[in-house]
Amino acid sequence: MKNKTRNVIIYALLSIWAIIVLFPFYWMILTSIKSYSSYNSEYVPKFIALSPTVENYVTAFTAVPLAKYFFNTIVFTVVTTGMMLVVVVLSAFAFARLDFKGKDLLFSLFLSLMMIPNELVIITNFVTITNLNMRNTFSGLILPSVTSVFYIYLLKENFEQIPENLYKAAKVDGTSDFRYLFRVMIPISKPTIVTITILKVIECWNSYVWPRLITDDQNYFLVSNGIQEIRENGFGRENVPAMMAAVVVISVPLVVLFLVFRDKIMEGVARGGTKG
Amino acid sequence: MKKNLTAWLCLLPAILFLGIFMVYPLFDVLVYSFEEGYNFASQSFWGTGLYNYSYVLHDPFFIQALKNTFIIVIITVPLSTGIALLISLELSQIKALRDFFQTVYFLPYVTNTLAVGLVFMILFKKTAYSDGLISILIQFFGGPSVDFIDGPYAAKMFVMCFYTIWIVMPFKILILTSALASVNEMYYKAAVVDDTPKWRIFYKITLPMISPMVFYLVITGFIGAFKAYSDEVALFGTDLNAAGMNTIVGYVYDMLYGNSGGYPSYASAAALILFAIVFTITTINLMVSRKTVYYQ
Amino acid sequence: MKIVLKHLTKRFPNRNKKIKDDVIAVNDFDFTIPDGKLIGLLGPSGCGKSTALNLICGLEKPSEGKIFFGERDVTELAPEKRGVGLVFQNYALYPHLTVYENIKFPLENFRGDKKLTKEEMDAKVKEAAKLVQIEELMDRRPNEMSGGQQQRVAIARALVKMPQVLLLDEPLSNLDARLRLQTREELKRIQLETGITTVFVTHDQEEAMSISDMIVVMKAGVLQQMGKPQDIYDDPDNLFVASFLGTPQINVFKGKVKEGRVYIGEAPVLDAKGVKDGDVYVAIRPEGFILDENGPFACDYVNREIMGRDTSLIVSHPDFTGEKIRGIISSDDEVKIDDGKVRFSLKPNKVFIFDGSSEERIRL
Repeated sequence: MKNKTRNVIIYALLSIWAIIVLFPFYWMILTSIKSYSSYNSEYVPKFIALSPTVENYVTAFTAVPLAKYFFNTIVFTVVTTGMMLVVVVLSAFAFARLDFKGKDLLFSLFLSLMMIPNELVIITNFVTITNLNMRNTFSGLILPSVTSVFYIYLLKENFEQIPENLYKAAKVDGTSDFRYLFRVMIPISKPTIVTITILKVIECWNSYVWPRLITDDQNYFLVSNGIQEIRENGFGRENVPAMMAAVVVISVPLVVLFLVFRDKIMEGVARGGTKG
Repeated sequence: MKKNLTAWLCLLPAILFLGIFMVYPLFDVLVYSFEEGYNFASQSFWGTGLYNYSYVLHDPFFIQALKNTFIIVIITVPLSTGIALLISLELSQIKALRDFFQTVYFLPYVTNTLAVGLVFMILFKKTAYSDGLISILIQFFGGPSVDFIDGPYAAKMFVMCFYTIWIVMPFKILILTSALASVNEMYYKAAVVDDTPKWRIFYKITLPMISPMVFYLVITGFIGAFKAYSDEVALFGTDLNAAGMNTIVGYVYDMLYGNSGGYPSYASAAALILFAIVFTITTINLMVSRKTVYYQ
Repeated sequence: MKIVLKHLTKRFPNRNKKIKDDVIAVNDFDFTIPDGKLIGLLGPSGCGKSTALNLICGLEKPSEGKIFFGERDVTELAPEKRGVGLVFQNYALYPHLTVYENIKFPLENFRGDKKLTKEEMDAKVKEAAKLVQIEELMDRRPNEMSGGQQQRVAIARALVKMPQVLLLDEPLSNLDARLRLQTREELKRIQLETGITTVFVTHDQEEAMSISDMIVVMKAGVLQQMGKPQDIYDDPDNLFVASFLGTPQINVFKGKVKEGRVYIGEAPVLDAKGVKDGDVYVAIRPEGFILDENGPFACDYVNREIMGRDTSLIVSHPDFTGEKIRGIISSDDEVKIDDGKVRFSLKPNKVFIFDGSSEERIRL
């Protein structure tokens, strides 16, 4: 009997938090399918949409350049993640597999950079990019965030766990270092590389501060800046349902990505992620 | 020495990017913070000294930002860690629906904070058409009508902390559930054989075993909360000074850019003050942990 | 392809940084490995045998000396230029590739005029797989196979590029006892079929004795003796070689030579004309004991272990250097115990004497 009551309490508490988490998602979808007039006529908002409509989604894509924001974010995410992978893989490979003078010293220097908060260096980067006339360009958006010391560290550790004998076997067969990297090290470390990729994609998709500093031309806005722009200068009037439609559109890709790669993402975040 | 060359070529991109965007800025920000009266347009300054620091520390907006940031830190870090611990403990005791709950709880991690912040704003904001769902609920239970977004400071701070906790929970729950899962079943069995009461098992076995992870969350929680910014923008808009809800990071960016921007020297001084605060708090945390955390 | 080692030496800096002296892993190796034979490189762990293998293979560069494959000086050549195949103790198969891809891997490295077409590669892979009898495992990954199967894949991968020399590092030590017997026969068969000069490293003397055409015994970086297994067993050069080869181990006693006779305690066990007086070690192979009521050598009876055809007779003696003296006798023989003692005479060709200080063999 005692166990039963305890179970009821546990499930009740867990459900309360689940509702707190899910409610905003429910509300954004709900509001996004209410018409402008019906939303504004409900002093006490209704919990269901009596006459659902897609008009808000049409508005979101036509009244503001949401598609453009979307496209920009995809370009930004793909290019940043791609470049980051190249930089990170090459560095981790050099640290894990190649011998060179000053390796230990350089690696310690890299590690010490992990302690530097982004807020400290962003000021100069803002000035640098501005002086280089790279405001409102993709290069300006992308270049400062293509290196991550933490991911280099993570991948280097992973590379080093590959048995030394595999390398020797490859050497006996005349495999070049780079062929070994591409044919053996990268395939074996695939789980870590996937983790890094996912974390970086999430980071890119949600990035707000740097794009805000570096772009003021709407043609280069990412979704985060776009949604802020919509909020402040929006649809000419305070059109909450259309705004919610935009929010739904922006949230969907990552939620879908999460539901597909749930285990990989959660494992990856547990291993190496903090938000931001 | 061909190997040497290959290695340096592989590291070249990383060294180049880190050099330009991390190492150089690190020194540069120090220089900026001591250059008095730096003019961004003409790139000239009239002196060196501590004036920038003194200006920032006397700026009422900075004082307000400092106050807001500290309130956010003090409220959200213990609360979110505590609730996350409670939820993780409950999660570890159930089998049915566990995966479902875990999936749901993780959702805020993958959402765009700016976008979902808008939903929170809608729920809490009072407009010409509606008092907002939350306010209506409060009134239903006999409370007053409150505008959480443009209303009194306490109400705004409440939404702020609530949203911050909502955002940081997924990470904490995830870390704590995996920490709990990694505690060896053997210890619990041994404790049950000894007829140990449940609360005692928690204090004497579970908590010490997961204490390194709890501590990790407290440290990263402090650091993260001190850097609060985009959640505030999501709720209160970009003009945080006007809303009285600015944070230290927000102050830095405002000094740098936007309507009140163009003062990289003030921004640098504020950023360094923030860094000093975070550094001090982390050091204190580390010292406390040496005495209280059990490392295997 | 014969392998000629000329004054081959390899030094490593000492791991303990306080000690300045280098560790000499291979000390002045100077011998020839004949063409087309199976050679066992034998020694206790840490004796430098794996280093010797790595030197032949080219993974390590010698500190001094030269290596020739046939007439060709390969000392400065990288491994892939030497035409060697190497099999690792833990096989070193690429875990993410199938058996087929693993075997094909070395072929894909060929460049220039040696480059192979897809069909040629396929043919070679299949040929190698057939040689080690794993044709039906081609699509599996390493973790879906037993140790013995992985071993075969590793051998196939080493053989696929038709090396002139095949090197195996402790090829059997990761297998269980039954598989080990099977696989060593298999190794012998493959070597005979291909005729490739094969060198394998092992710490297991039984393994080395059973399949090698020739064995090389090393200790602490120094070559002790090389020759046909039976020759070394019957005629060891020093006490280490005598003790290292043979199971059960040879029985070593402290003894002395006096007036042309070898004594253990007071018992004269062997004639030794022309050997000058002094302390010696007397080593007796287990099969060297003959039960003899009137024999000169008396030991205290302890126990006996009957193992079917043979019996292992366990006795003790105050001058024995180890723990248990083991003699192998026929199970049909009757053991007469008189006042707790058993008496033996000894087969002269199973008894060796070694100098008491240098431990070198004193030949009679």
